[in-house]
Amino acid sequence: MAASIYLNVTVSGLLTGLVYGLMALGLSVIFGVVRVVNFAHGEMMTVAMYLAIVAFNAFGLDPLIMVVPLAGALFALGYALQAGIINPFINRPEHSQFILLVAVALIIVNLLLIVFGPDARSVQTSYSFDSFALGALIVDATKVYAAGVSVLIAAALFAFFRFAPLGKAIRACADNYTGALVVGLDIKRLYALTFGIGAACVGAAGAMLVLLIDVTPALGPAYTLLAFVIVITGGLGSMPGALLGGVLIGLTEALAGLLFTPSAKSMFSFGLLVLVLLFRPQGLLGKRA
Amino acid sequence: MTHISPKRARAGISRRSFAAGAAAGGLLAGSAPFRIARAQAGALKVGVLLPRSGAQAGIGQDCQRGVEIAPAIFKELNLPELAIMNADTETNVEVARARAEKLINDGAQLLVGAFDSGQSTAIAQVAEQKGIPFVINIAAAPPITEQGYKFVFRNFPTAPMILGDAFANQKEIFQAAGSAPKSVVFMYVNDTFGTSMHQGISSVLPKFDMPYKLVEQIAYDATARDLSVEVAKAKATGAEALLMVSRLNDAILITRELIKQRWSPMAVLSMGPGWYEDQYLKTLGKMSDGPLSFVPWYDPNKKLSRQLEAALAKAYPGINLNTNHVFTFEALLVAADAFKRAGSTDPKALADAIRATHITDNVSIGPGIQFNEKGQNDKLKNAAIQNRAGKLLTVAPKAASNAQAELPMTAYDKRA
Amino acid sequence: MLRDALAGAPRRGLALLAILLVVLCGAPWLAGDYLLTVLITILYFAYTGQAWNVMMGFAGQLSLGHAMYVGLGAYAASLLYVYLGIGPWIGMLAAIAIAGACGAAIGFLAFRFGVGGVYFAILTIAFAEFARIGFDHIGWVGGSAGFFLPVANYSRNDLWNLRGSPMMFYYVMLGLTVAAFVLCHLLLRSRMGYYWQAIREDEQAARSLGIDSFRYKMIAVVISAGMTAIAGVFFAFYYNNLFPEQVFHISRSIELILGPVIGGIGTLFGPIVGALLLTGLSEIMQDLLAAFGLDVPGAKQVFYGICLLVVVLMLPNGVWPWLAARLGVSGARR
Repeated sequence: MAASIYLNVTVSGLLTGLVYGLMALGLSVIFGVVRVVNFAHGEMMTVAMYLAIVAFNAFGLDPLIMVVPLAGALFALGYALQAGIINPFINRPEHSQFILLVAVALIIVNLLLIVFGPDARSVQTSYSFDSFALGALIVDATKVYAAGVSVLIAAALFAFFRFAPLGKAIRACADNYTGALVVGLDIKRLYALTFGIGAACVGAAGAMLVLLIDVTPALGPAYTLLAFVIVITGGLGSMPGALLGGVLIGLTEALAGLLFTPSAKSMFSFGLLVLVLLFRPQGLLGKRA
Repeated sequence: MTHISPKRARAGISRRSFAAGAAAGGLLAGSAPFRIARAQAGALKVGVLLPRSGAQAGIGQDCQRGVEIAPAIFKELNLPELAIMNADTETNVEVARARAEKLINDGAQLLVGAFDSGQSTAIAQVAEQKGIPFVINIAAAPPITEQGYKFVFRNFPTAPMILGDAFANQKEIFQAAGSAPKSVVFMYVNDTFGTSMHQGISSVLPKFDMPYKLVEQIAYDATARDLSVEVAKAKATGAEALLMVSRLNDAILITRELIKQRWSPMAVLSMGPGWYEDQYLKTLGKMSDGPLSFVPWYDPNKKLSRQLEAALAKAYPGINLNTNHVFTFEALLVAADAFKRAGSTDPKALADAIRATHITDNVSIGPGIQFNEKGQNDKLKNAAIQNRAGKLLTVAPKAASNAQAELPMTAYDKRA
Repeated sequence: MLRDALAGAPRRGLALLAILLVVLCGAPWLAGDYLLTVLITILYFAYTGQAWNVMMGFAGQLSLGHAMYVGLGAYAASLLYVYLGIGPWIGMLAAIAIAGACGAAIGFLAFRFGVGGVYFAILTIAFAEFARIGFDHIGWVGGSAGFFLPVANYSRNDLWNLRGSPMMFYYVMLGLTVAAFVLCHLLLRSRMGYYWQAIREDEQAARSLGIDSFRYKMIAVVISAGMTAIAGVFFAFYYNNLFPEQVFHISRSIELILGPVIGGIGTLFGPIVGALLLTGLSEIMQDLLAAFGLDVPGAKQVFYGICLLVVVLMLPNGVWPWLAARLGVSGARR
């Protein structure tokens, strides 16, 4: 095969990986700080995607513009979810959290089915079919935009956690729960805020992803799994890790699909996950607990 | 994990525990109340099993449309009334089996369904066991009618039949258009249907002496959301045309990728669903023109087809008549016709009547509906249809066509 | 030994158990075919839940990929039957061996490398997905087109080949469930059972007492995998067709664990109560919605999800401990 196809596939995998990374970033924040196994992660993103579609079809609002409002809407959803249902489960064993969130996921998926029906929905913008051609390299325009915005949002998030007092407080909760209590931080509120922020991330990622793929109500679970694979590979509690994990998984799947049979490409991401779990369980960029 | 504090165990059975035991028994019995079988006179109770939720919900609900428009047409045809009992298989084999049992328990005298091969197999076993006729509307896996069942009937082609007709129709089209691709790349979805087709291709293709060479076979994941790599791979083979087996979502994704990666194959030859469906046409607009689909289809020249089309347009405007509607309708047609000839709702009489079915005034292509000794309608013919300006034209076989195929396909970047 | 096993159990509990057993044994004669199918489903989930419970409730390892063992068992026995004509009861031995080996491999990898908690759960999911995609691509097991067992007639009950009427399958499943129950009870009361509970409560402390936690966790994993594989064999011969997409899918793994989690992890009756409750709930919901004319696809699952939510929120330890307290049978028996 010509070199150009490798180039194209690599670039494509990289760009898609960045968007996956943003989605996983939300999970990294939630899992890393609140320590809740959010198995409804993909479903929350699906909600954001449907909202983006509604906004586009009803008001003609491009998802790229809708990123911030959608993030806000998901923030509210996440906050409510955490404060309302999830809070008592923080110290409960994982299987309880798991069932709780599986139940939440089940409800969301089927409510979406009832409201939106089973047909796939998509957003057809004016640039949906565009691509940039640079010599032998043909790059999908929507992927470039989506990846670009994802990087911007990730950067904003880094800045928030690094420099903003609220961000530092949240990190404190994650690093040292007791210490945070001692210092007088309102853990419950901070947890709810964090869940909200994680949900906002996933909402933004959803707004981006809706440009790349079609939505069906049952879309969630595969992305939940993907998010976990990325977060664990990249490293829990490390935000650059989530992005790196996303890119890595995006590249792995793209290249595996190219070199082997595409229908088995997920096996390689899982293979990567198993290797990371065994040999570097804290993840590539994670810190040893 | 908290501990349960030990309580003083009291000897003997108190009223409370007895009540609890009885309640448990009641829960068992009450979860599916016994229904007294109602009197046999009147309409035939037909249980329709379709995936109305779960991954195949869209298709199941589309098939349902075929069910909804049937009664009015049957009345016009002077066929007896059917009492339809709807059930949702939830795209799950176990649920399919349980629902089939429940329908039979509730008095269903005939079953129709279930779109998916796996679920249909489960239902077929139940039907065979209970001696209730089961008419399969859509399911292409060959093994279902190879089990020696006496009560299972399938009015739908098997994967090898679809393949054979596809190649024959392709040759016809190539001859009529005067051009043919020299090489094709075969992309298929790695699910039950796609894999059946892939398994059949190696045995069926050599029999047809096609003008093209099959350069590569690329399988992709049914749940894949991003098909850029797969399309890139297909493009890199240098093949002139794309041979496809996909579902609706993949069809849309692949078309988008074809456009974005700037590859306009000479033809898209799809041997499955997706490329002709309403959602595809609506989503892609003028980019949806061109693909040829080789599928079980209705004969536009048959009278009943026109009637069905009109009824569908009235009940569901804007929706094109497609395979889902046609074959679900025909399954009910078989039921009503058998009921009329049998004159009774006795399942065995119905099964015998179905075995003797010979309906020539039907909708699908071919000499009509009849079943061989395995319960399979092996006389079905598949059509080739082409998307043109949001409509579906039948371009092959000649006897059932209403238009000429356009080949090669207009390049994507040349569409205004 | 029977006296020993029964010692310490409250009389009332035994009486209730006896009543339940009688009801279950007599069920096929009283119940219609549909109800029998529901009961077989309940028993199937009770059995697999119990098998899963060995790993989770006894050894404290959360496995979210248990469907893999079901699938491995199912395919192993089916392949032996179709290609070599070996009956399922022999095929079961191969199924147990293969699943046990896989379980051991996963356990070894996880425990040696210190993978626990959520990470272990994700690891099990990864392996199950591996199996699913892998089997999708193996030609001679049918791949995604599925593997079909030849279906014989139903008039004769061939127990050796597991071909027969639903009643036969019902008793087989009932037998398996009772056997699983007895096995778990004996395991719990054995020395190993106490080691397991110690490891589950506090692994560090247990090891400091000299309990080889690695060894006992491995044993739990292998027993759990083996038991689950037997369910897989039953599954294959009851449904007669296997599709990797359905058998290995993560939703199967989730289905499997709902019973024990809702019923009560680590308890003996938890999986059974959970399975009964969940399947019964699902069917009742179906009837209710139909009665109210709410035939909207997806509505049942929404209500089901809400019920799950409510139960998990209000009864964090599961339904059985609460029920046992109400019935007054809690005590030495867990």
